[in-house]
Amino acid sequence: MAPQENNVTDIDPPPPPLPPRRKQSGEVSLASLQVAPAQSRPTTALSSIDIATLSFPDGSRGTFPTTAMRAVSSPVPSASGCATPNQAGLSSASDELTDSMSVMSFAQTLRPPGDLASLVAGEMNRKSRAWNLLRSQSTTVQPFECFDAGAPDDLAGFEYEFDNIPDATAEGANDEQRLSLWKSKMKHYMILSSAGKPIYSRHGDLSLVNSYMGIIQTIISFYEGASNPLLGFTAGNARFVIATEGPLYFVAISRLGESDAQLRGQLEALYMQILSTLTLPTLKNIFVHRPSTDLRKPLEGTESLLSSLADSFSKGSPSALLGALECLKLRKSQRNSINNTFLKMRCDKLLYGLIVAGGKLVSVIRPRKHSLHPSDLQLIFNMLFESGGIRAGGGENWVPLCLPAFNNRGYLYMYVSFFAGNPDSTSAASPAQKERSSSDSLEEQDEVAVVLISPDKESFYDLKEMRDKLAHQLGKNGSLAIVKAAANEGRPRIGAIAPDAQISHFLYKSRANVQFCMSSLEPAFSGLEKMVVRRRLMSLYHQLHASMHIKHSHLKVLHCINEGAASLAWITPVFEFYCIASPNVSREVMTQGANKIIQWAKREEERLFIIGGGVF
Amino acid sequence: MADLAGAPRPSSSVKLVLLGEAAVGKSSLVLRFVNNDFQENKEPTIGAAFLTQKCNLPTRTIKFEIWDTAGQERFASLAPMYYRNAQAALVVYDLTKPTSLVKAKHWVAELQRQASPGIVIALVGNKLDLTNDSGDGEGTDANDSGDARKVSTEEAKTYAEEESLLFFETSAKTGYNVTEVFTAIANAIPETSLKTARGAGASAAAASRAEEQRVNLNGPRDPNAKEGCAC
Repeated sequence: MAPQENNVTDIDPPPPPLPPRRKQSGEVSLASLQVAPAQSRPTTALSSIDIATLSFPDGSRGTFPTTAMRAVSSPVPSASGCATPNQAGLSSASDELTDSMSVMSFAQTLRPPGDLASLVAGEMNRKSRAWNLLRSQSTTVQPFECFDAGAPDDLAGFEYEFDNIPDATAEGANDEQRLSLWKSKMKHYMILSSAGKPIYSRHGDLSLVNSYMGIIQTIISFYEGASNPLLGFTAGNARFVIATEGPLYFVAISRLGESDAQLRGQLEALYMQILSTLTLPTLKNIFVHRPSTDLRKPLEGTESLLSSLADSFSKGSPSALLGALECLKLRKSQRNSINNTFLKMRCDKLLYGLIVAGGKLVSVIRPRKHSLHPSDLQLIFNMLFESGGIRAGGGENWVPLCLPAFNNRGYLYMYVSFFAGNPDSTSAASPAQKERSSSDSLEEQDEVAVVLISPDKESFYDLKEMRDKLAHQLGKNGSLAIVKAAANEGRPRIGAIAPDAQISHFLYKSRANVQFCMSSLEPAFSGLEKMVVRRRLMSLYHQLHASMHIKHSHLKVLHCINEGAASLAWITPVFEFYCIASPNVSREVMTQGANKIIQWAKREEERLFIIGGGVF
Repeated sequence: MADLAGAPRPSSSVKLVLLGEAAVGKSSLVLRFVNNDFQENKEPTIGAAFLTQKCNLPTRTIKFEIWDTAGQERFASLAPMYYRNAQAALVVYDLTKPTSLVKAKHWVAELQRQASPGIVIALVGNKLDLTNDSGDGEGTDANDSGDARKVSTEEAKTYAEEESLLFFETSAKTGYNVTEVFTAIANAIPETSLKTARGAGASAAAASRAEEQRVNLNGPRDPNAKEGCAC
């Protein structure tokens, strides 16, 4: 099974001996270019059972035909050509294109036509002429448009998800109303101590939710006695996931359809935020001495950090979903020049140095023996860009924090400074910033921040000096302007990558670099009024991601269509790729588009991702 | 004062630290003083923020280097780092919250015990806009109905006099009395301490930085300077 899975590209019986990989990729990529529908062939490991489990429960059309179709080994011709990738003569075509492409990226995709046809270009897409005609009229349908037309909607009311529940003191708000508001929220996060003391709740003040915390604590501790702790349960359409971390219970309650693993990851991030505030030894000490301690006091002031983290999950964070970071797209030479300037200005006290623009990483310098963990960076980015504590104050900041993945036992000290839009307009910039942060946190920020981290708490002035020199130098050699321009430009648009690809949005994760890129959310998914649509998009990505990462599923390619949208996921050892299109886009067209985007990502790899970074 | 703007005045840097319980409005006071801005529901400061602002006195320019510290208890152990070598301190409490004055008194005691001997301390009661006498300065009593004031002017003032502190009641929201606090501090700092401060007192790093920034002071006047003191 294994060799088949990784190496078989040629499908016609009898299978030829395994070709060398390089050559294989050549054939493969060319094939993919010329006969696009052949892409995304599933591996032979993709059983019909796999497919069936992945169909959407909501009456979707995404359920796939099973064995009958898979038995076919001859390609099924489709409108756009032959589905078979290995046509005679293909390998003789020019090699130029293939040089820039990775061997790996295509290795998984070209599969024996029998299977491929069944998934990507098979019977499924053979529609009557009338249907095709109809489809040609409907390319303008946007993903999720059906919900505007009144399709049953499990996200109804999501636009009020982040509205505050009024205080008990507020006028015209009795407890009953407040409680029903609280219950209407689709996502809850709660943190309590194992003694049952409430620590944090995303919605509602603790007086309101205290009794619920008590119930949860009772339920959890009921199972605690057995050696089989409670991990999660379902009540109605809400999924409860529980994580126990030392003396703390973390509870996520979601009606947004995330998988347990995803919710668990989110709870883990909240735990990391608490460790980042307190460090692990402190946290343990607190509870060793007094198990009934109220942790709210030591955590005072970090509620906004927890909430902004929680809200980024509820809105749907590709970064959290993929466990990866987003970088600012820059030319390799430009990034190198920034890295080199950064390294040159480095002061002795520095541990890590980052330049960040609008939540995207521009440059990193680090000691050879330490790398930065994405979960630590997530905490830093959350502090800088999602919550207003640092940005709103203006000036420079000196923040003690623990980076748990680096070392959960002690504090590091972080110097943060934002480059003002122009040198003397700090005051003018702040109202605009405020507006922006409230409207759309990650999408429209172009502020450039320098983050310098040191283990020495007295090193503020050293780091400040380094920052001043760095700012001067980056300004002088034009890098700052380049970074700002790149940040202003925003994320790549699909129109520019693959003009005729009928794909609405994609995520591409480079697994080796633990980084991802995505297409611009504008115009369909950006802005406050599109929050619900954006959540639909992110929910679909969460579903795709969950399906692809079910244990033992060995799933490589997944194509789903439901009422709202068509989606395609594709995982290889090199990348994970997810994309969404209008529900009317056929698989051929979609895979064709996906291919183009992946080729683009390969080509642009060194611009899209930071490979290595500056090391000292 | 306008006619003085052209002539170079002697200028000096003054390290100023803000201390006080969480959520009394330290950052808002600074934001009002530095940017003449106010934010409702500002999120808590994390760690400390460093800002600068000039204050023009008739005979000299004071450049405040302001350390706006976070008020939460867990940051208390870092405070000495910020008030060490500071020439001025703003100890802030919330007029509507008596415990914050208790905390403020602790800070004053700690400063008197451990900070530089000549440090100028101002006690500031913030959130005057929540009381009945917002804007009119002192006057009405603490027990007025509908008044959120919980700390009487007399009480705080008496304490400030005992400890020889400067005393102000301010509103960062309306801007009332904010600039006055900083101006009063600037005036209260003895000339002599300005000279010594840069030498032995300040740490090496701070000194070198002060040198660097002094160069800038002779350049074009900061547009914000005009909102400095009018005295």
